[in-house]
Amino acid sequence: MSNIEITKNILTARFDAINPDSIDEYISHNGYSALKKSLLKTGEEIINDIKTSNLRGRGGAAFPTGIKMEAVLKAYGSPKYIICNADEGEPGNFKDRYLMEKDPHQIIEGIIICAYATDIKHGYIFIRGEYINAINIMRKALEQARVKGYLGDNILDSGYSFDIEIYTGAGSYVCGEEFALLVTIEGKPGRSTYKPPFPTTSGLYNKPTQINNVETFCNIPHIINMGGEEFSKIGTSSSTGTKLISLSGNIISPGLYEVELGTSIRDIINKLGNGIPNNRKIKMVQIGGASGPIIPENMLDIKLDTKEMKKLDLCFGSGAIIVMDDRIDVLDILKRITEFFHHESCGKCTPCREGLTQMLILLDRFTDGIATTNDLALLEILMETMNQASICGLGQAAPIATQKVLEYFREEFTNKICSTDS
Amino acid sequence: MNMLNIKINNKEIKVAKGTSILNAAKEVGINIPNLCYHPDQEVKANCRVCVVEVHGAKTLQASCATEVKEGMVIRTNTQKVRQARKVVIELLLANHDMDCTSCKKNNQCGLQEIAANIGVRESRFENVLEKQEIDTSSPAIERDPNKCIRCGRCIQMCTEVQGLAILDYVGRGGLVDIKPAFGMYLNNTACVACGQCSVVCPVAAITEKEDIEQVWEAINNPNKTVIVQTAPAVRVSLGEEFGMEPGKIVTGKLVASLRALGFDKIFDTDFTADLTIIEEGHELLKRLNEGGTLPMLTSCSPGWINFIEQYYPNLLPHLSSCKSPQQMFGALVKGYYAEKIGKSPEDIFSVSIMPCTAKKFEAKREEMSIDGKNFDVDVVLTTRELAKMLRQAGVDFNMIEEEKYDAPFGLSSGAGVIFGATGGVMEAALRTVYEVVTGKTLENLDFKAVRGLEGIKEAKIDLDGTIVKVAIVHSLSKAKKIMELIKEGKADYSFIEIMCCPGGCIGGGGQPFGGTDELRIKRINAIYEADKELPIRKSHENPAVNKLYKEFLIEPLGEKSHHLLHTKYVDRKK
Repeated sequence: MSNIEITKNILTARFDAINPDSIDEYISHNGYSALKKSLLKTGEEIINDIKTSNLRGRGGAAFPTGIKMEAVLKAYGSPKYIICNADEGEPGNFKDRYLMEKDPHQIIEGIIICAYATDIKHGYIFIRGEYINAINIMRKALEQARVKGYLGDNILDSGYSFDIEIYTGAGSYVCGEEFALLVTIEGKPGRSTYKPPFPTTSGLYNKPTQINNVETFCNIPHIINMGGEEFSKIGTSSSTGTKLISLSGNIISPGLYEVELGTSIRDIINKLGNGIPNNRKIKMVQIGGASGPIIPENMLDIKLDTKEMKKLDLCFGSGAIIVMDDRIDVLDILKRITEFFHHESCGKCTPCREGLTQMLILLDRFTDGIATTNDLALLEILMETMNQASICGLGQAAPIATQKVLEYFREEFTNKICSTDS
Repeated sequence: MNMLNIKINNKEIKVAKGTSILNAAKEVGINIPNLCYHPDQEVKANCRVCVVEVHGAKTLQASCATEVKEGMVIRTNTQKVRQARKVVIELLLANHDMDCTSCKKNNQCGLQEIAANIGVRESRFENVLEKQEIDTSSPAIERDPNKCIRCGRCIQMCTEVQGLAILDYVGRGGLVDIKPAFGMYLNNTACVACGQCSVVCPVAAITEKEDIEQVWEAINNPNKTVIVQTAPAVRVSLGEEFGMEPGKIVTGKLVASLRALGFDKIFDTDFTADLTIIEEGHELLKRLNEGGTLPMLTSCSPGWINFIEQYYPNLLPHLSSCKSPQQMFGALVKGYYAEKIGKSPEDIFSVSIMPCTAKKFEAKREEMSIDGKNFDVDVVLTTRELAKMLRQAGVDFNMIEEEKYDAPFGLSSGAGVIFGATGGVMEAALRTVYEVVTGKTLENLDFKAVRGLEGIKEAKIDLDGTIVKVAIVHSLSKAKKIMELIKEGKADYSFIEIMCCPGGCIGGGGQPFGGTDELRIKRINAIYEADKELPIRKSHENPAVNKLYKEFLIEPLGEKSHHLLHTKYVDRKK
């Protein structure tokens, strides 16, 4: 993989080159050409192309998009729904906001193609409530797409009809979790539930539902235009395409970057982010956002590659990279992360609801200098229970940052233990 | 049936497709501990106690929510599972009022039982409970938020079965609570006091309001004659409290144990159930003959009365004016029997043993007293409270020899007994109405169409050429449907029996904790068995009832009946 280009502008190619409020500018930049091509194909052909591309979901779980689409197509039940998850609430992530604000039609085109391929008539874009600007831009874009005949009845005289509605969240982080998101659209409180069944067979109103992240949908028109085969050549064999990276923290040039998958985290930090200000050293980097793992400086050569990262029990999630230099107080960071999850837990299941309260108490014991070896053992058992027994990804992932710190920076905890017996 | 091959703890078995791991494990003799799961409810999977290891799964799986798959390999007792379960229970205990030894549900608590079984000796976590006020505002149920484990069983019961949604989740994260909207006191909500929430609550977060001490005081007061009546449904459930098979008929032991506690007279509410049939049957005939408001609705179930008064007050004219058997009994005790035994009503203490929490509310209705102070029924005890009294007194329910009710209100018919099951009042009424109208003897006394757990049942009876269409409803979500039909003028029935609780009174909110449909069916079967065993099976053939009319009441719907046995209802829309 020596030919990995760090910067590769596919999804961001039109950023700032077009006026996001103008559908005509989008069209003049090759926009909606993939939709026109798609309408001449069958759903199976499109899905096969996407399967060939080896595209994986960009929301964090990296599930193969084509397989998901196939499951929805084959699922029994009607009507079926398609949902674009734009409830970007993971701290450290801002890629979906840029995608919506800078090139809204790219998303819409992707959604329409996926809906057409899986024979779906109703779509929703679930946008984080705080993203007022993005909501307005997406509203306007949808209206323009309707006027041009890309949405609504009999799209481009193909006989296929489809429309998209915008649903805005009320700011709860857990609503980015697909089940909590779905029940919110149904008008219920945003709480997660158990799975299976997965949304592909029983989602919105218990009907088959295709739910994808904003960035995932953005890839679709490009796959159609260049062909799945060509797309699969970008990136690595297990992680194809590009990835939007939300780079933040102690970094000289924070911001949004599109990189070819396979790029190393160190290259992103040094070559795109221009390194750390004030000649400081990197203490650790959190990947994916608050729910993601924390790694030390000596692991930064790891590449954005699902397979390679999985070997170390890591993942790049939704693509946030938060850089922390050697001034930070590790326990303080962990407490802040834990407080965030404590605040955002829906409170439905015991390990998450009660576990986060107890995690905070135990972390406090370390910062207060009263922790014992038993406290450390209990903290580890508690976090393992949360990983293993929580009902949804929130509770399962909430302790990951702390667990990774214990794996790579154990002394941060053991140095603070005041006695070996309780 | 599609059978799947699975392996649980190295044991290979075949189970039907669609079976949960929790139920599959039962088939190999493994009881997986659980708290939020309830066999009659939608799977919630929130307590996370029932987690198991499934080969190939990244995380532990909630066995209640996971269906078996072909070739699935499940382990229910690995170190990983045991550790997770223990931590989950410890987490619950760390946000729980740990006054177990003085708790109302000591020894009857699901959390306590699991903690003991899985070997929790302490919660290693700091107790974070922030004590909240216990809601004692309702005369029927008590809500102790400090005991709540947020399992949501009460919510499902209140919302899905009763259609009320008085309780729901409030807040999120560590602040999640189950409470009425805006944290209102229960008595300020449109709660009907049915107590179904208390039956499904695995801990002591919702219980009946305990009135045992008042009864002990009365029993030990030499100036009081303490009279007790026992509802039909109690005799088929009380045994469960003492380890007997569900559905065991314990009438004789019930009477003997009440006598052992020191009650002066032990009577049977079945007697006034028979009386209700006479009065209500004649009321129905009067409405049929004189063009009164139809369909006529039964009025024995106080939870149902609370429901119609609060939710459908416009339909109150449909309600029979008959008091419930409990209140007829109370009125007779204080307004007739007292004088008969040469006592003033003040010297009588009237207790009822009911399968019901709403009866506590009903007994305290102003119109159910002589003067607004001296109530016809002084204290209502639930089946559960009676069991507690018996335990307090050391009465060995399994050992005690059967005894008989006292005269004159101890004699009752099979028709009175079946009041305890859904459809029972209707069946009892049909037995009497048929014979009163036609003058013929009813050959087959069993109206099978009105029996069973189906939500809304219908039947027709031919009264000498007049076809009377009737319906039977139990649980309030179903009652709501019937009410809507009546409102739209689409309910072409003459008579509808409505019971608040699923299964009727045998499924009442004061019955032993942990009621399920399976249990309800067993109790119902016992009720019909008890009916069959009685020499008299029609209310109008109860000689004690006939004697009462002869000596005192004179005639059904007469002046005395009007005064003692009938009542009025109030628009209490909230």
